[in-house]
Amino acid sequence: MLIKELTDLNGVSGNENEVREFIISKIEGLCDSYKVDSIGNIIAFKKGGGGKLKVMLSAHMDEVGFIVSGHSEKGFIRFKAVGGIDDRILPGKKVIVGKKRLSGVIGAKPIHQQEREEREKIAKIRNLYIDIGADSKEEAEKLAPLGEFIAFDSDFVKFGNDCIKAKALDDRVGCAVLIEALKHSFDFELYACFTVQEEVGLRGAQVAAYNVMPDVALVIEGTTCADVPEVDKHEYSTVLGNGAALTIMDRTCYCDRELVQYLYDVAVNNGIKVQYKQTTTGGNDAGQIQRTGNGVKTASISVPCRYIHSPVSVMSGRDYEAVERLTVAALYQMSRDRAFKGGW
Amino acid sequence: MQDTLKLVTQVFGVSGNEEDIREVIFNEIKKYVDETRVDAMGNLIAVKKGRKKKIMLAAHMDEIGIIATFIDEDGFIRFSNIGGVSPFTSLGQRVRFRNGITGTISAEEKLEDFKGLKLGKLFIDIGCKNREEAEKLVKVGDTANFVGEFYVQGSSAVSKAMDDRSGCAVLIELIRNMPKTENEIYFVFTTQEEVGLRGAKTAAFGIMPDCAIAIDVTLTGDTPECGKREVKLGGGPAIKVKDNAYIAHPAIRRYLEELAAENGIPYTLELLDRGGSDPGAIQTTGIGVPCGGISIPCRGVHSPAEMVSLEDLEYCVKLTSLFIKNYKG
Amino acid sequence: MGIIQNLEYLSQLVAVPGYEKAAAEKCAGLFKDWCDQVRVDKFFNVVCTRKGTGKAAKKLMITAHIDEIGFLVNSIDEKGFAGLTNVGGIDSKILLAQEVIIHGKQDVLGIIGATPPHLLKAEDAGKAVKLRDIRVDTGYDGQELKKYVSVGDTVSLKSKFNKMNEQKASGKSLDNRASIACLLEILRLLAAVNHENDLIFIASAQEETHLTGVMTAAYELRPDAAIVIDTCHGDIPELPKEVSSTPGKGPEISIGPNLHPKLVAKFFELGKENGIPYQKMVEAGDTGTEAWATQVSANGIPTALLSIPIRYMHTAVETVNIEDIKHTARMVSEFAKLSSEQLGELLCL
Repeated sequence: MLIKELTDLNGVSGNENEVREFIISKIEGLCDSYKVDSIGNIIAFKKGGGGKLKVMLSAHMDEVGFIVSGHSEKGFIRFKAVGGIDDRILPGKKVIVGKKRLSGVIGAKPIHQQEREEREKIAKIRNLYIDIGADSKEEAEKLAPLGEFIAFDSDFVKFGNDCIKAKALDDRVGCAVLIEALKHSFDFELYACFTVQEEVGLRGAQVAAYNVMPDVALVIEGTTCADVPEVDKHEYSTVLGNGAALTIMDRTCYCDRELVQYLYDVAVNNGIKVQYKQTTTGGNDAGQIQRTGNGVKTASISVPCRYIHSPVSVMSGRDYEAVERLTVAALYQMSRDRAFKGGW
Repeated sequence: MQDTLKLVTQVFGVSGNEEDIREVIFNEIKKYVDETRVDAMGNLIAVKKGRKKKIMLAAHMDEIGIIATFIDEDGFIRFSNIGGVSPFTSLGQRVRFRNGITGTISAEEKLEDFKGLKLGKLFIDIGCKNREEAEKLVKVGDTANFVGEFYVQGSSAVSKAMDDRSGCAVLIELIRNMPKTENEIYFVFTTQEEVGLRGAKTAAFGIMPDCAIAIDVTLTGDTPECGKREVKLGGGPAIKVKDNAYIAHPAIRRYLEELAAENGIPYTLELLDRGGSDPGAIQTTGIGVPCGGISIPCRGVHSPAEMVSLEDLEYCVKLTSLFIKNYKG
Repeated sequence: MGIIQNLEYLSQLVAVPGYEKAAAEKCAGLFKDWCDQVRVDKFFNVVCTRKGTGKAAKKLMITAHIDEIGFLVNSIDEKGFAGLTNVGGIDSKILLAQEVIIHGKQDVLGIIGATPPHLLKAEDAGKAVKLRDIRVDTGYDGQELKKYVSVGDTVSLKSKFNKMNEQKASGKSLDNRASIACLLEILRLLAAVNHENDLIFIASAQEETHLTGVMTAAYELRPDAAIVIDTCHGDIPELPKEVSSTPGKGPEISIGPNLHPKLVAKFFELGKENGIPYQKMVEAGDTGTEAWATQVSANGIPTALLSIPIRYMHTAVETVNIEDIKHTARMVSEFAKLSSEQLGELLCL
């Protein structure tokens, strides 16, 4: 399964190589040409039937993770977070360190040795460390030099009612949708952009969008889903199993209202389950793309992911399917729709 | 059952002072059993002879209470707890000593904040002018139970000491209506449960049973803002999975579940996160005793107004009866 | 199988206290090639005996507990989330973003997610999560989940076994499967040895809760001496030297009122004679192990405690150095070779 293959790869922001190579191997033959730009985005081009419209699809290849920032005398590794990670989830988790894919664990002080006040306290990442089984500083430096990237160690697993648990669903789901979309042909020029460094500030998309200067852009994402106990309903944002999520507004982007409505109608007309994201938190590449050049009509279609930015992100297979179907259906609709020839 | 319950809940029997309650229970059961004995810890052990499995049924007859530790010049009594006594539920309550003397519990007036409410800030007033007068009625070391009248409303019954006299009532009821069985049944009314499962330890050693079931009360999950528990008043017996003192043996637990299901007895499963019960001590006796629990859902545990459901009690009798009749090991 | 293969196999067994039956039977399977007799008793202790050759053979009991920290399901809500009660001491802080397996009618994977930081209620922000607030996401809705899972079902941490750098490995339940692997290694070392004393190996149950397994087994078997093998805290940055030992430098041998001084001294002697590294740990009272119960079981049993250093105890990433299992096994097998007379002398104070 494509998502399994994609989430098994490690691609912490700034180190997207593994993911990039895999995606290139998948899209060669599906597009007319592709290039890797200076920062590392893949821009795949598919010419289409001669229409003038330029449509950009965007999904980011990178994932949150860590980077080696120091070594202790006894061979433990100090590390920093790459992207937004909740410190609370770190103690006692497994990680994969560096190109050699060394097994490591984030240490946790045994409960037996914690004072009462300590039990109430949350560990800060600056006080945490990773154990890779090195016995000395020298050994640790040799095995995991400064700047090595570290990813969560977590398998892709299907469970429950058509659910999937994996790391990096944000945004390998988007990458998978883009690869699928490239299997289809449209009237317009299609640019499928697999971007880098989204998690550290939407940086790859900025460069990609400038290169492409599209008329319309669809950002395919994994987005937050908080429909869990202890959270009030109005804070759910999205609901697992309720279909593709359309963003109205978030911290980085007020999506093009016409385009969002257009997508919603396409979904309804094609019997695809769709929901609006009902909070304004979070943000993604859409924010950068929308503000490129003369401005780009931009919208986001997302797969709801519980426990995003953790090793155990959870999504529904049905939601993924809805996003994939909606993306492709919308592109076909744009192909047919005269309103889209040459822009709005 | 209701009369028995009223009788046994109202008798005095703070842990370590179980003489009165033992006497009352003894009189209720003596003519129905083959043999009775009282061991060195004061446990009342009644036996129905049999040739097959030795089954120990335990209900503790002691109750929580207080012990007078100091009497001041003005005749006020300072006290300490016996068992799990909360200062919050104690405040404003009446306590009754074995000799019938009743006192009221008040807090030092300068106490401003409930957070500072400790037993040490409370005192008992028995309405005496001075120490001399007070000491004629209550001596340091005397114990008292909380006053809590017995009443029945609808299908629920409320009293002090439902923990665990309701369990005692279940055993008494069972003794009077014993099923035919070849198993040898030991009905044990244990002592000092509330101060650390102490009576059950020696009783179990004396018997060395093949298995044991405790009949005790348990917390419910059906009151406002309480912990998440499946157990509820009127939901039938709670079959023990674990409490803080032991893990019910899976074979016993499953057998009880089967018996309940087959015989139309409603039940819930009990996973108690605080508090323990007698099997914590019984289980590790000798070469080990597989244990389980048939628990009575009880609201307001360790308060003077503990509430149980009479229907639940009937079901507890039925389930216990089925167990001793059918258990084969 | 080698130590590391055994350890990997053992680590994946599930033995929540009170529910060790399946794991005990598998463990008995590993023991049976090395013993005269193996059985699983009513509390799911695995009891395995090797007869000694001596006419006045003494009984030496060697125990390592088989159970692991875990949970029981205490609630199931309509959305398919399960609540947990712990069995054994678990730091709820390590549970966020942790996977668990619910052992219902079928095994069900559960995910413990973290509520997004910005959605935490003001009173919970900055505070450690409490077990009572943790909900396990099963990917089912409540009705479906209840087909597979009931309140009272056991739950274990899910964690695969990883080999690490240089003889190290990490995974779940290395407390105390490292010691069970050690028992197997002792048996292997003694395979061709004619020892005078009867040896009783026990993989004991319910250590993490109430030490039930070893108390009842000791009462039944009445050994003359006992060696408890358990794990201890490996040195990590947060722990001072007084409470931790260094992985790779051999077993931690405890000294204190819980342990029999002559047995302890004998281990020191055996270590020196045979060039086996060991570390010393002073315990002023309760060692927090089965040794505490063993010492006062039945008529009283002289007891020694050897511990294998484990880092991050009671998490899903417990880490061990395989060398320590070897060192511990050598140490205990040397002890097991003592003659009945030698052992007898040690037992008087």
